[in-house]
Order: sequence, then C-alpha cells, then structure tokens
Amino acid sequence: MSYQGKFRVWRGDDSGGGLEDFTVEVNEGEVVLDIIHRLQATQAPDLAVRWNCKAGKCGSCSAEINGRPRLLCMTRMSVFDESETITVTPMRTFPIIRDLVTDVSFNYTKAREVPSFAPPKDLAPGEYRMQQVDVERSQEFRKCIECFLCQNTCHVVRDHEENKEAFSGPRFLMRVAELEMHPLDTADRVDQAQDDHGLGYCNITKCCSEVCPEHIHITDNALIPMKERVADRKYDPIVWLGNKLFKRS
Amino acid sequence: MPELERHSFDVLVIGAGGAGLRAAIEAREHGMRTAVLCKSLFGKAHTVMAEGGIAAAMGNVNSSDSWQVHFRDTMRGGKFLNNWRMAELHAQEAPQRVWELETYGALFDRTKDGRISQRNFGGHEYPRLAHVGDRTGLELIRTLQQKIVSLQQEDFKEFGNYEERLRVFQEFTVTDLVKDGDRIAGAFGYWRESGRFVLFEAPAVILATGGIGKSFKVTSNSWEYTGDGHALALRAGASLINMEFIQFHPTGMVWPPSVKGILVTESVRGDGGVLRNSDGKRFMFDYIPEVFKDKYADNEEEGDRWYTDQANNRRPPELLPRDEVARAINSEVKAGRGSPHGGVFLDVSTRLPAEEIRKRLPSMHHQFKELADVDITAQPMEVGPTCHYVMGGVEVDPDTGSSSVAGLYAAGEVSGGMHGSNRLGGNSLSDLLVFGRRAGAGAAEYVRALDQRPAVSEDTVTEARATALKPFQQEGGENPYTLHMELQQSMNDLVGIIRRQAEMEEALQRLEKLKERAQSLTVEGHQQFNPGWHLALDLRNMLLVSECVAKAALLRTESRGGHTRDDHPSMDAEWRRKLLVCNVDENGVSVEEKPQIPIRSDLLDLFDRAELEKYLTAEELS
Repeated sequence: MSYQGKFRVWRGDDSGGGLEDFTVEVNEGEVVLDIIHRLQATQAPDLAVRWNCKAGKCGSCSAEINGRPRLLCMTRMSVFDESETITVTPMRTFPIIRDLVTDVSFNYTKAREVPSFAPPKDLAPGEYRMQQVDVERSQEFRKCIECFLCQNTCHVVRDHEENKEAFSGPRFLMRVAELEMHPLDTADRVDQAQDDHGLGYCNITKCCSEVCPEHIHITDNALIPMKERVADRKYDPIVWLGNKLFKRS
Repeated sequence: MPELERHSFDVLVIGAGGAGLRAAIEAREHGMRTAVLCKSLFGKAHTVMAEGGIAAAMGNVNSSDSWQVHFRDTMRGGKFLNNWRMAELHAQEAPQRVWELETYGALFDRTKDGRISQRNFGGHEYPRLAHVGDRTGLELIRTLQQKIVSLQQEDFKEFGNYEERLRVFQEFTVTDLVKDGDRIAGAFGYWRESGRFVLFEAPAVILATGGIGKSFKVTSNSWEYTGDGHALALRAGASLINMEFIQFHPTGMVWPPSVKGILVTESVRGDGGVLRNSDGKRFMFDYIPEVFKDKYADNEEEGDRWYTDQANNRRPPELLPRDEVARAINSEVKAGRGSPHGGVFLDVSTRLPAEEIRKRLPSMHHQFKELADVDITAQPMEVGPTCHYVMGGVEVDPDTGSSSVAGLYAAGEVSGGMHGSNRLGGNSLSDLLVFGRRAGAGAAEYVRALDQRPAVSEDTVTEARATALKPFQQEGGENPYTLHMELQQSMNDLVGIIRRQAEMEEALQRLEKLKERAQSLTVEGHQQFNPGWHLALDLRNMLLVSECVAKAALLRTESRGGHTRDDHPSMDAEWRRKLLVCNVDENGVSVEEKPQIPIRSDLLDLFDRAELEKYLTAEELS
C-alpha cells in the first residue's frame, strides 16, 4: 500500500527561500505531518515545522497545503491522488521564521488587547448558575484551538500588512463575541468590537468559517451577531436621537 | 561567543500546562515576579489533550458525594500506594479549584438547575467529573491562559508594561538547572527559534513539565513529553519515587498506523460505551479482580441498569480502574480474540442515539471521522492500550510541592506520590490545579523568607553551554532519530504493560549501549529552529528517565497498578509499605527502598476493615 509521493516544501528564512522537491515514502492512513516527519528523519533533519498533539487538538501545525490553509496533522494523504505533487508552504499572513514555521506573535498581541472576563462582583466561587442553553453560544467559540488559520486566510490582513494594527482578525473578534454572550460577563463589549478591534473591516466573506478545522460558525454565530449589536447601538435612529437629547456620549 | 541573554525573576515555572500556569498565577498573586518557560507556543501544552473532565466532589449530580468518598476512590485506584496526604488535600481542595475556574471565565456543561454538570468515570463512585463535552483540557488550558492575560492586563494598567510581573517565554527549552551550593539559583536553556542561549537567575524553580511518554513507541503523549523535569530534578540532586508505575490507557486508537496511540476518552465508557471482543462478547465481566468484586456488576443487566439507577445497582466493569481494563484488553488480544488491527471493539453506536453521541463526544466523533474514516455513531471503534501517564515523579512535600533540593518545586505529572500505583481518570486535571496552586504558594513563601539571593557562577554557565553544543561538535556519529526509535521500541517491548525479569535486564543492557552511542550523536545544520538538535538534547533526558523506570520495575517483585509482572503476578502487602527512590550521582542511577509513611488513622477509619485487609499487612491492621 506504500508509494513514493512527490512533495514540494518551502524552505528558507526571513531573508528568502524557495520550494524544494522531495520524493518520499507514503503509507496507508498517513497524514501530511507524517510525511514531513519522515523527511526530517531521512532527508532533511533540520526541516523546521511546528507541531504538538498530532490529533487536531492543539492547533500548532498550521500551514498551507496546495495553497489551502490546513492543519498538517488532520490532512490525510488519501485525499490526494498518488501522482499528485503536494506543495506545503508556511502560512502567508505571518512573518517567516524558518521553513514551515512562522512568527504568530501578532495573535498573542491581539489576545492581550481584548479585556478579560469581568465576573459579577456579588457572586462567590461556587455560586455561579447558568443554563446549558445560555452557555452553549459561547461554548461554541471556546472550541477554538487557536490554530490561527482564520487569521491567516482573512483577506483584511492576508495581503494588507497595514490593516494589522486596527484589525484583530476573526479569532479575536470571536473572543469579544464569546465574552459578550457569556451569561455572567458584566462588561460592555459592543463599542470595543467596533472601535478597538476593527469589526467594521470584516465584510463577511466567510473565508474564516470555511478554513476552521473545528467547524465553528465564526461568521454566522459570532461576527454577524456582533455587527447587529453594533448597528443597533450606533445606527439606530431612535438611540441616536436619545443620545443627542440626553447628552450621552 | 555571542553575549549571553540574562533575565532575573523571583520564581521560574518550567512548563505551561495546567500545573505550570496555575503555579504561575499563584506565585504572581503572591507578589512574585514570575516567568513561565515552555517548549511549545503558549496555550498548546499537552493538557489540551485531556478530554473527560476534572474530578471534584462538588456533589452537583449526586449529593452523596464528598471529599471522603473521593479520597477513598483515589486510594483504591492507586492500590493504597498513594501518598495519603496528597490524596487528602487533593480530594478536599478540588471543588474550590474548579469553582475558581468559573471566576476566570470557564464555561462548563451545566446541570438542569444551572450548576456545573458532572459525569461518571472509571473508579469514581459518583458522577464527579466537571466537563465541557470531551474537550475539558482545552477549556482548562484556555481558561488559565486567559487568566494569565488578565493579570498581565492589570500590570499594563499599573506599570504600562504587560510583562512587569508575569512573563511567558514560549518555544524555549531548559537544558539544565543551575545551583549555588545546595540551593537552586536558576535555569539555563535556549530559544528553540534562534538557538540562542539564555540564563535565568531565580531563587525558586517550579517544575511542571509533565510526563515521559515519548520514551515509548505507542503513546498518547506529544513530543514535549520527554521527561525533562524528571531529568532536571535528578541532575540537580532531587529524588524520584514510584517510577516503575506507568499507566497504559486502555483505549488508544490502533489504526491507521500513523495515529496509533492517540487517546480515545474514557468518557465513551462513562457515557455507556462497552468493550467487545471479536466474538461480540462483553469480556470485562470475566476480568473483575477479587478486590473489586463487591463494587462491580457481574451481569450485563445490572451493569446497564446502573446508568440510570446508581443507588440500587453496581457499576459495569468497563468502568474498572484503567490498569485493570488495559490488562484485560491485552489478554483478549493475546488470546486471539482481538479486532482486525490488533485491538478490541469499543462500541457506543448501539448504546446511545447518534445525536446524543455527537453532542456528548464531539471530538471523538470528529477524530475518528477525520483520521480513521470511522463513524462512531454507526460503527464500533478499534482500541488498544497506549502509554499515557507516569505515576512516578519528583518526591515532594505534599503541602508545598517542595523537593529535597532547596528552591526546587514540582507539580502535576512530573511530581510523584499523589496517584500511588495508578491514577484515576479525571484526577489529573484536579491534581494540576490543587498542587499547581500549592507549589506556586510554596515557592513564593520560600523566596520571601530568603535573606540572601543565590548567585550563579560563570563556570556553571560555561559547562551548561558546552553540554548543549556537544552534538554540533562531533562528526560521524549517529542521527538522533535512529536512537530515539530504538529507545521507544526497547521500552515498549521490554518494560511495557506486562513485564518479566529477563526482558527488563535486557532493556537495561540495551539502555547502556544507547547511552554510549548517545555520547557521539551528531546533528547537521545550525542552531536556528533545528529539530535534530532539539531531539539530541531531549534524548539525554529520555535515556536517564528510562533507566529509572527499568531499574525500579526490575526491583519491585509484585504486580500493582501500573506495574504488572508476569513473573510476580500478585499484589504483596509488604511491598505496599515500600517506595522505590531513584537518585543520580557520578556513578549513574541508583534505586533504593524507602519505607512508605503509614496512613493517618482517621483516614484509615474511612474504610471497612474487610477492605483494608486486602491491601495492608496484619501488622499494620493490629
């Protein structure tokens, strides 16, 4: 059941690089990460790749396979034709460190800019009461494994370095939505989403939802509801008039 | 030689899983300037792989639960070899640690009255595991990560710097601990990205590095689990206990080969899944050991009734502690009643409606669909034992997590004693939180009481650098990948789930040869993100820890929990009173017997005398 597969893997660092061709053994049931590991063990011992759990749970091994953002550990070789040449490149939106490893610190910076959960002051630990149906909305977003494929694919930042400062990307706009929909969070997150995290840049093309390995409905369940809340607050004529009359900000 | 990067902190935490992050939060909240050093990206630690839940006797689903019942279950699961004080603290404090997570923002599944829901698990008398579907570990790690971010936001408000009092150094490996005389003085390591060396000066170090599974071929553990903390502790002069006890989780994936070993959560059985052999028989009824006979159903009808009526029925034997189930599966496969790929069948498809399976076990459904083309709502899974957890680790003071070396602490899987000879499912996540917090507080108190900070000598730094660079300076030696594969094969075959004297002796001979060959390892390329070099350095730790496992396993001539001897198949009450302690000096690894601390009498009173007679000697009972 084994065959010799053809691979092109991007190799290089921040000063440049290119695609390198390899022919390597492929066995039944393997995923692309297995092949990368075989390359390390047999042909390219210093090939850099980031990975960890190898079970689609940690979100470390994000890359682009034939141009599509995917997890290397969850892409089975059986989805490709045996004669096909498979191209593996690093995520394009983030700076290259080496080979398939990119500098994802953008995401950690953005994570820090989202104000944390604001618990109710009058509840002691152990006193929290929430209904399952109410926690489920935020639980969907907490399935996120932070692979950053949504951030990588989002056209707002993919080829627009200049937008990175104002735009937190789908992952962290979803984090804002998660907190906004948390049944016990006491902070107001609607203005933040628009003013601090650049929700307005998103024009709901759903690319983020499409590449999400956890199949989270990022656009439908997080981004659009947040946009609706922003619209209710900022553009509702009655609210606008009320704010004018009663001099609320 | 490029200039060495240097940092100074009050407390260093090595490892960013549940124990490390909880320890860091505690140390920071005690006012310590704290650094977390981790090999992966922040938020990717192996804790994310935990699926089933966090055991804590909150009594939300069955109000009969209490810390005393949890304590009893933990001691039974560990076959009474546990450090009773750790088991006591763990059972008492776990509920507080879970509730605290809610204040950090965690969202657990709920009961009808809005409290945290709790599920059944192997060895736990009542539904006890707080959970989020089958991705509880992800919830735990993300919650702690977000708590750390919130502490950093507080610092930003106060000092204009997120990292004023709590900083994470990610993709960083520690190669050696640094001492000043008898005390800890810091740690030395390298950035994985650039290969550049860094010296951390700190009076207290908390090890939270997890386990050692990467020394075995079939394992549920990720690449990070190379026994770093175990080896760092040994080389710094601390001792390890219970290293012969390794948990083989009964249900790992067995096919396809590339995912062999990946975990299939115990929740599948907790929620009704059953184990069958190739004859379609629920074989676990044939494997209920004598000590558990009165607690487990001896027929399918009673076992099935238990899921809805726990007061009047005994639990099904699929929910025996993990060591029992793993051995049973091993025996069925050996007897020729296995599945096509050398495991047995785990079936939930005939036990729950498809919709319910997708809801309760979403990541299992996803994992099998994506990796094995198996739809678990319609077909059984094929599963077999996989190396999952090491019960052994750094010998610590239960209350503070302190090792025998001043300034060195350990928490979580890298520490030993809490779980005795076998850990119950769900007791790991609670262990991380309870003892992570205690180690953080213990280290903070130690630092606060110091009147003089330790100093790092330049010689130590030069030596640590030379050790780390050695693989580059040699030519013509072997590739680290080859050695690693041989080590994994030897440990798997010779010191695995069933052990024999002659095989372990052979393992030790092979380890000697591997150690020699490891002296001349050669790596290609340069220091920047070089996986060959990283593995060469990790191998040093794996070889040392494997030797402890094999030597301790050879000495313990009984079978108990995660240590099964074909040549000594029964449990021996005399051995329960003894711990095997591993140390390292210039002559290598030594293992010595040490008496176990007797269980406090009020804790013994929690058990029936008839049950104690199964574990304790007549002398202890008199």
